[in-house]
Amino acid sequence: MIYLTLFWEFAKVGIFCVGGGYASMPLIQAAVVDTYRWMSLGEFVDIFTISQMTPGPIGINAATFAGMKIAGIPGAICATVGFCTPSLILGIVLANLFFRYGDIGPIRGILNGLRPAVVALIAAAGISFVILALWNVETLPEDMAAVDPLGVIILAGSLAAVRRKVGVIKLLAGTGVAGLVLGLIQQSLH
Amino acid sequence: MSNEEMKNVAAVCPNFYWKLFQSTFLISAFTVGGGFVIIPLLRAKYVDEYGWLSDKETLNLVSIAQSMPGVVAVNASIILGYRMAGIPGALTALAATILPPLITLSSISCAYDWFAAHPYVHYALKGMQCGATALIVNVAIDLLQKQWKKRLLWPLTIIAGTFVANFFFDVNIMLLVVIDGILGLLFLRSAEYGK
Repeated sequence: MIYLTLFWEFAKVGIFCVGGGYASMPLIQAAVVDTYRWMSLGEFVDIFTISQMTPGPIGINAATFAGMKIAGIPGAICATVGFCTPSLILGIVLANLFFRYGDIGPIRGILNGLRPAVVALIAAAGISFVILALWNVETLPEDMAAVDPLGVIILAGSLAAVRRKVGVIKLLAGTGVAGLVLGLIQQSLH
Repeated sequence: MSNEEMKNVAAVCPNFYWKLFQSTFLISAFTVGGGFVIIPLLRAKYVDEYGWLSDKETLNLVSIAQSMPGVVAVNASIILGYRMAGIPGALTALAATILPPLITLSSISCAYDWFAAHPYVHYALKGMQCGATALIVNVAIDLLQKQWKKRLLWPLTIIAGTFVANFFFDVNIMLLVVIDGILGLLFLRSAEYGK
């Protein structure tokens, strides 16, 4: 039953993503790309891209979009509700702990262990995105020389722009235009 | 603070649920940039405009929302909604936060399927993929620098171990976070590991 699977997979993402929207990306990627192969890494990066440009929390946007692609509107609802269910339960429990004791106790320890874990997972996801951008493949390429010049130019430019704190919308609009222009140039050269 | 001191905002404010739903829905519908932009707006509405919560209490609750798992904006709306009106308040705020993305993204997803195959759109998407890659790489670098500066052995060990296990050995991601959560529970309870 695809809807139950979606609900459960996204509930797991909701339990384990600590530290905001970016933290959910490697977890969603693990479920939808690696485990169930519902989509390619390229499609997933598109979801990540579009989730940044649309209003609303990035993690929810990504869950909705992924659920929609996998199983239509009911899929989008299952993924999103699944994602939020752990937050709802845990939020109520933690709020009560806090109202009663002014602290959230041993849960802090678990969260302190998860925070560095998420740093590692975001870094690993980042590297797999870089490999896709530069070589258009999902795992370390066998032929390192077969690099996509378009990917190298735009990724280098984007990194420089991001380190200079260019806004997300400006960056993505700019890279979209750059991709179109360079893609057309590349096409006319072949 | 005890339960007795907590006032139920819904009981004293006419049309509370509608106001809560409407204000939260509009903020979620038109705010680009995720939790760190949405939370200050929620605070401005609930604290400054409606006077439903005190500033200090909101800060405390938001800090819980930021440290718990899940999407920060969703967590904040759940906890603030719960504080103001119990479980119905939490559900109202949650629905108002996730409905706008559900509607927007469902429509965009249809358009995506329609357009993504077009070669020009494909080029633009390829460019934007590189932009998004730069964003996540930048976040990873910032987080790594932050952890590195703290010079704490345990978190750095967890980062290195988790990365190697995940990237080179394809160890299941859920297994890794469960192990790291248990390590945290056993060894990382002191305050120096927080934040």
